[in-house]
Amino acid sequence: MSNHQNPRDDSRPSVELSEMTLQSQDTDIATAAPTRAQTDRIRTTEAKSQGRLIRERFFRHKGALAGIALLALIFLLAFSSIGFAGIPGWWNKDYDVLAARFNEGRPTLTLWPFSLGEHPFGQDVLGRDYFALTMRGTQTSLIIAFIVGLVAMVIGTTVGALAGYFRGWTEAFLMRITDVVITIPTVVIAAAVAGIVAKAGIIPFAVFLGIVTWTGLARLVRGEFLSLREKEFVESAKSVGASSFRIIFRHILPNTVGVIIVSTTLAISGAILLETALSYLGLGVVSPDTSLGKAINDNRSALTVRPWLFLWPGAFIIGIALAVNFIGDGLRDAFDPKQTRVKQ
Amino acid sequence: MFYFIVKRTIISFFIMLAATTLMYFLTISSGDPFEDLGEASGPEKAATIAARTAAMNLDVPPIPRYFLWLQDVGHCLVPGGVSCTLGLDRTGAAVLPQLENAVGSTLRLVVVATVLALVLGVVVGIVTAIRQYSTFDYSVTFISFLLFSLPLFWLSTLLKQYLAIDLNTWLANPQFSYLTIALIGVVAGVIWAVVVGGDRRRRLTVFAIAAVATALALYLLLVSRWFVTPGLGLVGMLVSAAGIAVLWTALLAGFRRRRVLHAALAAAGVGFVGYLVSIPLLADTNWLIVLALVVVLAVVSYIVAGVVGGPFRAQAAKIGAVIAVSVSLLIVVDRLLQAYPTLSAKAGGRPIPTTGSQSANLAGTFWEINLDYALHLILPTIALTLISFATYTRYTRASQLDVMNQDYIRTARAKGLSERTVLVKHAFRNAMIPITTLMAFDFAGVLGGAVITEQVFGWNGMGKMFVDGIQNVDPGPVMAFFLVVGTAAVLFNMLADIAYAFLDPRITLS
Repeated sequence: MSNHQNPRDDSRPSVELSEMTLQSQDTDIATAAPTRAQTDRIRTTEAKSQGRLIRERFFRHKGALAGIALLALIFLLAFSSIGFAGIPGWWNKDYDVLAARFNEGRPTLTLWPFSLGEHPFGQDVLGRDYFALTMRGTQTSLIIAFIVGLVAMVIGTTVGALAGYFRGWTEAFLMRITDVVITIPTVVIAAAVAGIVAKAGIIPFAVFLGIVTWTGLARLVRGEFLSLREKEFVESAKSVGASSFRIIFRHILPNTVGVIIVSTTLAISGAILLETALSYLGLGVVSPDTSLGKAINDNRSALTVRPWLFLWPGAFIIGIALAVNFIGDGLRDAFDPKQTRVKQ
Repeated sequence: MFYFIVKRTIISFFIMLAATTLMYFLTISSGDPFEDLGEASGPEKAATIAARTAAMNLDVPPIPRYFLWLQDVGHCLVPGGVSCTLGLDRTGAAVLPQLENAVGSTLRLVVVATVLALVLGVVVGIVTAIRQYSTFDYSVTFISFLLFSLPLFWLSTLLKQYLAIDLNTWLANPQFSYLTIALIGVVAGVIWAVVVGGDRRRRLTVFAIAAVATALALYLLLVSRWFVTPGLGLVGMLVSAAGIAVLWTALLAGFRRRRVLHAALAAAGVGFVGYLVSIPLLADTNWLIVLALVVVLAVVSYIVAGVVGGPFRAQAAKIGAVIAVSVSLLIVVDRLLQAYPTLSAKAGGRPIPTTGSQSANLAGTFWEINLDYALHLILPTIALTLISFATYTRYTRASQLDVMNQDYIRTARAKGLSERTVLVKHAFRNAMIPITTLMAFDFAGVLGGAVITEQVFGWNGMGKMFVDGIQNVDPGPVMAFFLVVGTAAVLFNMLADIAYAFLDPRITLS
């Protein structure tokens, strides 16, 4: 938690320290120790910034890299295929155009030899192209998830920072509000209001979901602030007359960035699942918009006769959530180096 | 501690008050309570409107209406006087009796899934932490991320379609070809080999033993038509009881102290005698008798194991009690399994239901009714367990790794304690501390998640009450659901804090 409060003194004692520990570990092979210590000294003279250490740890995490690749692929596919906001994409069919059903709407996608065919994911009962529909749903779900993550991050960070920094009445007031919201399970509070908000469009719906999911982050950020505000560097900032605003945003907040990023990532994957669950209950996205959850809900009785209507949107939900979860795991490892391998 | 509980209770009360206010106004402003009457006309419509207005106090402005609802809740808190109804729903029926019915089935759903997920998740989490960066660790990590990313309703629909229907078909005529048996054996062998790990030779040995044993057991079960008339039988019971005794001893005491092992086996013997004695007693019974049996067995085993344990009396007695409880569980399972053939016949040969919380109008013995509950629980429990399991595994793994890096673990190893003692006594206990908090949150979360689970499985519980209430803009049932879920959340939070302080003496409650 307090590991990266002062990025500058990383490299200071490391040379001596590594030499000492190396020698003390290798007492039984004393002859080998000097050479290893020497090579080590050459390596450790290179100064590494905190950001660079985090980046290196992140890029060592293969799961996180795979997650980024998968997420980027899904993003590209969803936004380039049917286009977005008036810009046309490379796919020639629209998700809301009814057409005659071809071969009972079966998917025409074949992997070997690879060909997309007329309707790669098939057609739904009304003859709409299911590939275009799934892509449209993926776009909606991604937009909602990222807005939810953003809104939750802003509210959670602000509330947590104010409560943790100012203590006293501010803290009591803000944390009691947090407790009240935490008491109501997210699904429940979302279900109670989502029905109305969803009718206003996907953006208000997403903002609303963000408004009900910020509590976990607020608690975490408050905890970080409680310990960081007592540190010397905050005291020194105060003594040179920095304003509270400056201390919060310039001095403390950068040190909590790890917690915030990791938690936001997980909030995004949670938002994907929450949105689909609400749409499944009929309380989420409404026509003419579509989302992955809504696509599944519309076709939930189709599993026996037209399984592809059920499986494709599900595969995309899992793909997105899985990718985001792996990225979150990689970020956690990168920001929290305490959890290293157990030495036995 | 007392001061802490009082303080937290008072704060929790005000938090609940604020939360109910929020929830109440969200609910009543979420739509039009007469929306479903839009198309209707004539005197019936007027009558319905009048009845609903009376039942839901719609002629009262929202803020006093909320206080009327609070008053209804107050009647339940203050004993005597006016009867406790928790308000009326829109048809004018009291909410409390509906809630009482709903709570039972929802709790069955949630408790079983949470306990199963907890046990499985903790065991797997510990093993992955011990075998960090092994094939097993990587596979479990991937699987838990996958489960974590599964939408519950999607998974449930797949389970209903593929697992339940196919399993029912198979149970009608349970047979496998030799090839299938061999394949299952190979899969089981691979899983065991990966779990146990070690060098190449050890893995091969484990693989061979596990594969052959699984295939052979499966073959015997099929040949003896076990899947048609399941149950443990005398021999099965004896072997299982002895197995349980050895397992618990291995885990809790190790085999160095012979007397403890003998005491454990004696406790298993007591359990077996209890099984024999209970056969006539348990033909048709109730939960009270079952509970009494468990207690009697535990006490007798405690004493017997203590006596046999000799110099290690305390340890032996505790293990004896644990074994007795495990064996009692086994007896209950055996009884339930024996009720299977008749119940299966009553269900028309398709015993595993895909929807609902119980069979309508089922008449039968205690065991048949409870087996019916259990069979209805299979699908939702699998779905819920798979999803919670992922969380528990990840957290247990992280927590165990954290503990394994502590200095006191190194000290324990340095002073020559056996690996079992280090893992079970020094590491496991401390690793479990954060899990208590997680469990409290998870339980409240799953209770709230019942909204979706029950919708998927057509379960008639609190979640359904809530969804119906929201759709009808009917605050009575919605608030009743919220009272239970919110109180559970607040209460479990408090329990988690108390448990935390109890388990970790460095933390004091103030």
